[in-house]
Amino acid sequence: MRMIVLNFLRLKHLGTAALFLLGLLLLVTPALAQDVPVTDDEVNAVAKDLFCPVCESTPLDVCPTQACADWRELIREKLSEGSTPQEVQAYFARQYGDGVLANPPKSGFNLILWLLPVVAVVLGGVFFTRFMRSLRASAAGVDEAIEEDVAETAVSTTSKQPLSPDDFKARLEEELRNR
Amino acid sequence: MIPDLGYLALLLALVAAVFSAVAAYYGRHTNQPRWVESARNATIATFPLITIACLLMIYSLLTSDFSIEYVWRVSSRDMPTYLKVTALWGGQAGSLLFWNFLLSIFTAASMARNWSKQRELMPYALMVASFTQIFFIAISLFVENPFARLAAVPIEGNGLNPLLRHPGMIIHPPMLYLGFVGFTIPYAFAMSALISGKLDDVWIKITRRWTLVAWLFLSLGLVLGGRWAYDVLGWGGYWAWDPVENASFLPWLAGTAFLHSVMIQEKRNMFKMWNMFLILLTYSLVIYGTFIVRSGVISSVHAFAQSQIGPLFFGFIAIMFVFSAYWMLNRREDLRSTNRLNSLISREAAFLYNNFLILAILLVVFLFTNYPIFSELVTGEKGFVGPPVYEQALGPLFLLLVLLMGVAPLTMWYRSSAQRIGMSLRWPALGALVFVGILFALNIRGWGALLGFWVVSFSLILTLLEFWKGTRARMKRGEKPFAAFSNLMARNRRRYGGYWIHLGVIVMAFGIIGVEIFQEQTQIRLGVGETATLGRYEMQFLGATRYPGPDDLLITEATVDVYDNGKYVGQLKPRDELYTRTNQPMTIPDARSTLVEDFYVIMVNWEPTSADQATFRIYLNPLINWVWAGGLIFVFGTLIAAWPDPTVERSFARRQRPVVMPTD
Repeated sequence: MRMIVLNFLRLKHLGTAALFLLGLLLLVTPALAQDVPVTDDEVNAVAKDLFCPVCESTPLDVCPTQACADWRELIREKLSEGSTPQEVQAYFARQYGDGVLANPPKSGFNLILWLLPVVAVVLGGVFFTRFMRSLRASAAGVDEAIEEDVAETAVSTTSKQPLSPDDFKARLEEELRNR
Repeated sequence: MIPDLGYLALLLALVAAVFSAVAAYYGRHTNQPRWVESARNATIATFPLITIACLLMIYSLLTSDFSIEYVWRVSSRDMPTYLKVTALWGGQAGSLLFWNFLLSIFTAASMARNWSKQRELMPYALMVASFTQIFFIAISLFVENPFARLAAVPIEGNGLNPLLRHPGMIIHPPMLYLGFVGFTIPYAFAMSALISGKLDDVWIKITRRWTLVAWLFLSLGLVLGGRWAYDVLGWGGYWAWDPVENASFLPWLAGTAFLHSVMIQEKRNMFKMWNMFLILLTYSLVIYGTFIVRSGVISSVHAFAQSQIGPLFFGFIAIMFVFSAYWMLNRREDLRSTNRLNSLISREAAFLYNNFLILAILLVVFLFTNYPIFSELVTGEKGFVGPPVYEQALGPLFLLLVLLMGVAPLTMWYRSSAQRIGMSLRWPALGALVFVGILFALNIRGWGALLGFWVVSFSLILTLLEFWKGTRARMKRGEKPFAAFSNLMARNRRRYGGYWIHLGVIVMAFGIIGVEIFQEQTQIRLGVGETATLGRYEMQFLGATRYPGPDDLLITEATVDVYDNGKYVGQLKPRDELYTRTNQPMTIPDARSTLVEDFYVIMVNWEPTSADQATFRIYLNPLINWVWAGGLIFVFGTLIAAWPDPTVERSFARRQRPVVMPTD
């Protein structure tokens, strides 16, 4: 934008230029209004979710290398030109690939990141419950026999008193007796 | 001359390890104890041989013998002596040599110690442990030879990577390696139990302390690594879900699941197959972790093809996995449990829930860590998973785990009454709710944070109650409070050590929630005399100086005064260190540290030319010190659990002796 303005200023037809400039100014005023200084915090807020492709797994906002400092300057420039944080991140993803995004987009092959854990945990959960049930079911038949066995084993080392209703107390007492 | 001797020592160690594996197998099969004994001596002999190789390497480092490539790569003449010694693990070839050394210590010690107790398990344990040793010595000898020479001798060496000069980074790798190699011992005995068909819990009992010690070192390595990152890396955090960090976290997770589930087998003789699987998983992840760190495969799939190490490790993991899986299938009938689960609300069920959650976490971390590889293979473009994704996926799982940690100790073996447990949970749940209410009144908001604090404080109350109930029961028998408490620990080290560990994790969880959710930060450019404000704190920039430090360092140090609510509380000196030879910068933060929070300052930039202005990055890290305190409690608990208990030792020995050594 500024370049165009400067070129026009060099024109000989100053009058036309001035008119054009006036029109242009009116047009770009909203854009210029956004051309305010961008604070470091605003830059870092964007950089936090970006990774430079060179420094492995160091977020851009804290990476000390010169390359990353340059990238942060680029973010500042983009922000001061009025880009939203999302647009800046999209720009970097376009230029350098999705690998620079800390939050990979939820599309394409990336979906695996969300789907696979869920599928695995659900499948694991189903398998796990069925497994527990089966252990339980086959145990049910012999439950009564075990019941006696339980009471016996749990307190076997000392007296044959039945399990106290207070689970915890019973366990502690049993341990204390053992010592 | 020296490098030749070192190489020769390694070669002899390889011969000894190969002999040990073969002789152990032969002796067992032909029933000739002489051969097995000889195998054991050979295994023990690898230790001094590898020690000699390591000492020769250290000597070369100390004398700056730059004819050796490794010495030239990681050291320089002007390095202080202690750094020259620790440069032993400052690079690839040296790290692997050091790995070998630690493995040989563990193997030799465990074989020497268990020899008289467990002759039946020894032959195959020797064999399997030797396999691991053979693989790593072979890597050292034929692929990453630490004694390789340079054609022309350089005058000066490269010097150690500046990042590795920090004390934290000097102790951190040995801790991790010790943790890694330690898991070889339980694995070797597990395999031995499988092959020899001695499938009772003897292998678990023998290796219990080895497992705990390995786990302790791994935990220490993880905590120290976090502390090092916080102190040196200058990004205000302690854990970044970096592939290298995950590589040591994965075996830690598997080992944690194993440590819990073996208790079911000891008590109920159930899930033998499952325990075999878990120790196999832990061992595989140890080798895999070493492979991830050493091959650089995550950074790029191409590194895998370029370094010779990658395919070799991959092959080794595959062989060991197939070998173990074969024996597990072979013995599946014998591994079947005879006992049944009596109730879904019981101690054994609780351990299984724990295993389920930990394995879910492990799976997620594994998938995310390897995602760059998968995506590059499938789509051609390297994908990347950042910390936010990890936190979303793992946050709920970790929270469930902490909840289980609090509730599980209330369950009993065999069966427990849901009603009874519900009753015991009522008051702690209410107490935690009151605590969260207070936090709310203190203007702490956010559903995630409040839920997190509720779960963590609930578990905290329950864990403390466990200590209280035990102590009270002993006090009723007439013991004084302190004696009751310490006797409780002494008499049941494993359980109460475990509860201490839980306590440590809970304290860490407080810290993690605090710093993850409530961290504040700002970056600002200050002129001399100007101030910046963050939270209750105010910071005034007093000026900066630049001066040469030791070695090739150029230090830039800023001085700032810190005010807490307007009251002067101290001076901080964040600094920037530049290693001029390699032009590598390091940002060393400084922090005003209290139990509540850290006021953590990093100097991002200072240019003496552009007037006296400096850019600072300031963090307010709430509860960060709880993470370190939790780590200390954790280690303390592990020590209690692993400390030898003379009475148990004796009773165990008594029980074993008549069966195992009838003639002794």
